[in-house]
Amino acid sequence: MTYSSEEFLICTIARLISGVGHIAVGAASPIPGSAALLQRELSGGNTRVSLIHGQANNPFSDGGRELFDCAGQGRIDVFFLGGGQIDGEANINLVGVGSYPNLKVRFPGSFGSAYMYFVVPKVILFREEHTRRVLVPKVDFISAPGTSPDDVYRPGGPQALVTNLALMSFDRQRRLFRLESVHPGHTVEEICDNTGFEFDIPENVPVTPLPDADCLSRLRSVICQEIAKTYPTFAERVFGFGSLP
Amino acid sequence: MQAQPTLDDLAAAIPDGALVAYPPDYSFVPMGLTRALIRRQARGLRLLAVPIGGMGIDMLIGSGCVAELEAAAVSLGEAGPAPQFTKAVLNGAIVMRDSTCPAIHSALQASEKGVPFMPLSGLIGSDILANRPEWTVIDDPLRAGNGRIVLLPAIHPDVAIFHSPFADSEGNVWIGRRRELATMAHAAKRTLVTVEEIRPGNLLADESTAGGTLPALYVEQIGVAPNGAWPIGLPGYKIPNTKHIVAYALQAKSKDGFQDYMSKHVLGEEQLMEIISS
Repeated sequence: MTYSSEEFLICTIARLISGVGHIAVGAASPIPGSAALLQRELSGGNTRVSLIHGQANNPFSDGGRELFDCAGQGRIDVFFLGGGQIDGEANINLVGVGSYPNLKVRFPGSFGSAYMYFVVPKVILFREEHTRRVLVPKVDFISAPGTSPDDVYRPGGPQALVTNLALMSFDRQRRLFRLESVHPGHTVEEICDNTGFEFDIPENVPVTPLPDADCLSRLRSVICQEIAKTYPTFAERVFGFGSLP
Repeated sequence: MQAQPTLDDLAAAIPDGALVAYPPDYSFVPMGLTRALIRRQARGLRLLAVPIGGMGIDMLIGSGCVAELEAAAVSLGEAGPAPQFTKAVLNGAIVMRDSTCPAIHSALQASEKGVPFMPLSGLIGSDILANRPEWTVIDDPLRAGNGRIVLLPAIHPDVAIFHSPFADSEGNVWIGRRRELATMAHAAKRTLVTVEEIRPGNLLADESTAGGTLPALYVEQIGVAPNGAWPIGLPGYKIPNTKHIVAYALQAKSKDGFQDYMSKHVLGEEQLMEIISS
């Protein structure tokens, strides 16, 4: 069965978040949003999904604060963050490149990362671009640190990093990423060449599993309609949903 | 309440240098009032994005109205980066106070409660905290197991502004589930609102609307401004004009393009209405 790169990433992320109670997804995140909705579908509705972007699948009624209050209480199990830069200790930078405040490149800003990264148990780092420009030895600005000392309340943190080349897990004790699998058509050498930080490479690195037929069929029949309520342009581009007469 | 003010009256009621609380693009954005502020050549505004800035804040920055900005982020969402914000930060044309969403919500909650600060988890080890000398880290004084914790000073905006679908004839304003607007209004010294329309009756008299209503006690003035959020949507009421926002995102990348956009769209509201309806 053929599949698009977006469908591949959606299925890869969905596998990482199986068996959890509540997945929340931030703004402008169609791929994580689709993965969360797919996981809800696969769980038979046992997993709750809250998309803060738009009205659909958005349960919050107490304003912008509610997502954070909810997460602070431990009511959210999974959240997604990205980064203009991500380093080998899983520090993320959403502010800019250069010596703050005299930046050379400015990104939009940290959003809720400096809080969500601390309190949500499983944070999935998702950034499609896998280059030395993004995956750097040390971020120029820490929007949110990957790990914290023992005297800082930190029930949450990074679980995994998904890019368009590979899947890595993060060991919070060792403060080190580990290459879990390489996406089909790519090599370990290619991952090393395009990663600016050190990470663990096991002796045998498997290929990231292909999307199975069940997931693809659910994506194309159910999830495409559901995600179109939040991201119509994405749904049309990836699934052709909405373009049919 | 006084007789209904025009957008220009409301813009005149926001003094230069004021600390202005401004809603995010997923909420009820006062774009008409924003254009009026640009028309009156407001200067030295200190903007507080609650908690994220969008197109309106980008336009104010590009028009030279802003001295300082506190925000968790500024972006045009799916239309991409906010070009005038990006340029102004890189040029040092504005003072940027980087924050994070729940820190802004919490600092406003401190003002709502009339307490001087609010504690918040997270933040420690972040360069956001490292660049905010007024944010204070203490050991959990109650030994409740939280370790070190950050205290955020209360933020008291001088003025909160937003655009709502409707208000009633008693001066109560409908905000629905956009409760950050209530937080802004509770925390601010003054709140100026524009609405699509004034409806007869009293929203607080009906239990089905009372819970989504900002009571008149927090609201200083209400002006009627049809399409007052355009081109941003009013969630639940009006969809955004995405094509227009994308076109702005491209045009505002250059100085000439931005000036051209502003000269076409920051005219009197009557002329603008013709553009919106066409």
